[in-house]
Amino acid sequence: MSQGSASNRGSGDPDSTGINLDDPAVTEFDLVAEGARRDGVEIVRYRPRFDTDSPKSAAEKRIERTIALCFVLTGVAAFAFVGIFGFWEWKYQFGAGADKWFTPLLGTAMGVALLGIGFGLILWHKKLMPEEVAIQDRHDGASSDEDRVLTGATITHLAAETGIKRRPLLKGAVAFGLAPVGLMAVAPLGALIKDPGNELYTTGFTGGVRLVRLDGSPVRPDDLAAGGIETVFPGIPGGTTNEHADSPTLLIHLREADAVKVRISPKYADFHYENYYAYSKICTHAGCPASLYEQQTQRLLCPCHQSQFDVLRGCKPIFGPATRALPQLPISVDSQGFFIATSDYKEPIGPAFWERPS
Amino acid sequence: MKLPKIKPAELPAKGAAWADDRLAAAGPLRRMMNKVFPDHWSFLLGEIALYSFIVLLLTGTFLTLFFDPSMTEVVYDGSYAPLRGVEMSQAYASSLDISFDVRGGLIMRQIHHWAALLFMAAIVVHMLRVFFTGAFRRPRELNWIIGIGLLVLGLVEGFAGYSIPDDALSGTGLRIVSAIILSIPLVGSWAAFAIFGGEFPGDLIVPRLYIAHVLIIPGLLVALISAHMALLVKQKHTQLPGRGHTEKNVVGHRMVPGFAAKAGGFFMMVFAMLALLGGWFQINPIWLFGPYKGEVVSAGSQPDFYVGWLDGSTRLWPAWDITAFGYTIPAIFWPTVVLPGAVFTIAALWPFLEAKFIKDRAHHNLLQRPRDVPWRTAIGVAALTFMMVLLISGGNDVIAEKFNISLNAMTWAGRIALIAGPPLAYFITHRICLGLQQYDRQTLAHGIETGMIKRLPHGEFTEIHQPLVGGNGHNGGHGDGHGHLDAEAAYEQIPVPKKMNKFGAGGPSTPGFFKPIEKPVPHKSSAMVVEETVNAPNSLP
Repeated sequence: MSQGSASNRGSGDPDSTGINLDDPAVTEFDLVAEGARRDGVEIVRYRPRFDTDSPKSAAEKRIERTIALCFVLTGVAAFAFVGIFGFWEWKYQFGAGADKWFTPLLGTAMGVALLGIGFGLILWHKKLMPEEVAIQDRHDGASSDEDRVLTGATITHLAAETGIKRRPLLKGAVAFGLAPVGLMAVAPLGALIKDPGNELYTTGFTGGVRLVRLDGSPVRPDDLAAGGIETVFPGIPGGTTNEHADSPTLLIHLREADAVKVRISPKYADFHYENYYAYSKICTHAGCPASLYEQQTQRLLCPCHQSQFDVLRGCKPIFGPATRALPQLPISVDSQGFFIATSDYKEPIGPAFWERPS
Repeated sequence: MKLPKIKPAELPAKGAAWADDRLAAAGPLRRMMNKVFPDHWSFLLGEIALYSFIVLLLTGTFLTLFFDPSMTEVVYDGSYAPLRGVEMSQAYASSLDISFDVRGGLIMRQIHHWAALLFMAAIVVHMLRVFFTGAFRRPRELNWIIGIGLLVLGLVEGFAGYSIPDDALSGTGLRIVSAIILSIPLVGSWAAFAIFGGEFPGDLIVPRLYIAHVLIIPGLLVALISAHMALLVKQKHTQLPGRGHTEKNVVGHRMVPGFAAKAGGFFMMVFAMLALLGGWFQINPIWLFGPYKGEVVSAGSQPDFYVGWLDGSTRLWPAWDITAFGYTIPAIFWPTVVLPGAVFTIAALWPFLEAKFIKDRAHHNLLQRPRDVPWRTAIGVAALTFMMVLLISGGNDVIAEKFNISLNAMTWAGRIALIAGPPLAYFITHRICLGLQQYDRQTLAHGIETGMIKRLPHGEFTEIHQPLVGGNGHNGGHGDGHGHLDAEAAYEQIPVPKKMNKFGAGGPSTPGFFKPIEKPVPHKSSAMVVEETVNAPNSLP
C-alpha cells in the first residue's frame, strides 16, 4: 500500500476513528493492525517469539539453523531429483538391475525436497513468526431489507421494461421459439442411440460352429482328461477376441463317477456329448467369467461376487447373488471328431435386463 | 537515448502501483489477506483433498502426454518382456509404455493413483468432520450439497481413470458396470448400448471414458471446487466452540502470514507423502494383469476402496430377481443403482431433514462437539458402520482365503452385520457420547484428576483435583484451596481441560529435549497457583 493512498483513506474515510496514517510515530505494525481493523479483524494477541531488539539467543539461533537446514535439504534433494531423472539407468529391463531403483530414488528425492519446504515453512510459522490470535467479525445472514426491496424491484421491473405482460403475443412467440432450441441442443446426443436388436440374445455360436481354444485350434473329446475343463470359443473369425466377449464357454469333462449324479432338466437332455458339458462362462449376475472350478464339490465359482453354480444340476446357482443358471451350449462332435455347437445358446447369456424373457 | 535508471528495490512498489491504478485491488487484496482462519487440526482434512486434487492435475497432465486411449488391437513390442507379442488394445499398450518406456512415467502413474485414493479418502473424512460437528447446518446447506456432488463426481472420475488402462482388472470392472446399466428397468439395454456404442465391450468405451476423465469431469470438479471455496470465503469458516468463540466472530490466524505459511507447508507435506508413496509403494501393477479378455478373471479382484462398498453390497444382496408380465428387474439393480442413489440422496438432503426433524431454523456458525449431539453422532456412526460392513464385504473373498474362513460364512456374516451392526453402533455411540458429557461435567464439578493421592489423618485416601473454576470465563467462584469448589462450573458444551497444567503440578517442566533451551520459570507458591489458574484464562480471548 503506498503512503499516498493510505493517507487519503485516513483523512477521507468518515468511518475511520483509528490512527492518523501520516503520523511519523505510527509503526508498520500499527498500519497492519489498522488495516485489519478496517477489515473487521482485531489482532488481540500478537507476541513475537523472540525479542528482536536484543542479540539472538541460543534457542533462536538453533531454530534459525534448523529452518535453514530444511531449505538447504530441499535444494540438495531437488538437484538430486534432476540428476537421477537425467542420468540414472531408467530403461526397464526384465530381471534385477539398477533401473529398479529409478522410481524409488525419484520418489525419495521428490519427497525429501517437498518435505524440506513443508517442515521449513511450518517451523517458521510455529517457532519464528509472532504468536497471533486474530478475531474477525462476521456479518452474515440475509441482505438488508432495503437491498432486498431495491433488488427485488429491479428484477420485477424487468417485466414492465420488456412489456411482456402487455404483449402476450411476444410471450407466446418466445415460448414457442425457445422451447425447441432446448430440444435442438439435446438432439445430437441421439447419435449415441443404438438399437440393441438381438445382440443380447445371440453369441458367436451357431449350428455347426466348432469349439476352439484361444489359439484357434479345435478340440477333440480326447484332448480333455476326465475331470478337466477348457475355455472354448466359437471357431469363427474374431471368435476368440473381445468382439465376441459374450461367447467364452466352459467345456467340462465330468468323471464317470460324477457324470452318473447329473440331474438335469429334460429340456437340456441332449445338450451334452457323453460326459462333456458346455456352459456359458459369463456369469448370469454381472458378467464376470465364472471360471473357478472346484472339482471336489463340482461347483463353479464366480470370483467377482462369489456366485456358485452346481455343475451336476445344470449349473443352477446355489449361493451368492446370481439368480439364473449358466446357460448350456448344445454340443456334439462333427465327422472329423471335433466338438461343434449344434446351435446357439437357447437363452440370452450373461446378466439380465428388463426385456429379457424370464 | 538515455535509459531510465532502474532501481530494483523500487520495482515491487512500482509494479503494485501500476496494477492498483488499473484494478483498485488494494482494499480487496488486504481484506483477503486479513481473512481469519480458525485453528483446529480437523480443518486440514478438506485441505488434503484440495492438495491431492492439485497433484492429480499435475501428474494427470503428464500422463496425457503419453497415453493413447484407442481400443485398436496392436501387438505389444515394448520393454516388458513377458507381454511381448501379446495382442492388446493401444490403450493398454500405451499404459505399459508409460510404466516401462517413458522416463519417469511409472512414478507419475503411481503418484496419480495414490493421489486419487487420497483425494477420495480426504473427501470422506472431511465430510465426516463436517457431519459430526454440524457444520452443514444453516447457512451452509448449499456447500454441503456441493460437497456431496464433489464426492459423487470424484467416484465417477476415479472409476473412469481406473478403467481406461484397459487391463484385465479394469475391463472386468467395466463389464460389471455394463451389467449394472443393463439392469435399469425399461431403458437398461438401450442405455448400455448408447454408452458402450454397441454390445459390450465394443471399441468406443475407453476413448469415451478418457474424454470424461480428462476433460468433462475434471472441468466439473474445478467448477464445483471453486464454488465450494467461494462459498467458504463468503460465509466464513465455522469454528469449534471454545473460549471467546461466538456466533458473531471467527478466532484464529490471519491468512497472511500465519495460515499461508501453515497451509503452504502442509501442501508440500501432502505432496511429499504422495511422492514417497508413488516412489516406494507399487499400486495397480497393470502389467501383471494382462490385457482385458472377456474370458479372463482372477480371484481377489477388488476395485479401489471408494467403489469397494458397492462391490460389497453386490456380493451381499440376495438373489432376488423380480419378474412379472414378461419383464425382469435384475437383482443387481438394487445394490448398485438404488442403494448408492439412496445413500447420496439422503446425504445431500440431510441438512434439510435434520432441520425439519428438530425444528431448527437458526443460523449456526459455532460447531457442536459430537458428544453434545449424541443422536446425530450415533446416526453418523451407524451410517459409517453400514458402509464399513459393505466395504469389508467387498473384500470378503480375500478375508476368507487369508483367515481360512468359509466364503459363504463371510457372506452371511456380512448380511447379518449389515442389518444388526448399525443399530448396535447407534446404541454404543449414544452411550459413549453421554459418558463423555458426564466426564466433562464431573471435571467441571470436581476439577482435573491429578493422579496424586493424599492420605488424610484418619487414614482415608483421596485424590487431589486441580480446580477449574473460571476456566470458561463465566463462573466467578473460587476454590477452597483443597481442590474442591464452592460452585460448580457450568456445562457449556466446550472442551474441558483434562490434563493438569503446570501450575497444578508445582514446578513446570522445562522445554528442550536433551538440555533446557529456556531458563526455568521460578517456582511459584501454592497461593499463586490458585490465582494463576483462575486468572490466566481471562487474559486470553
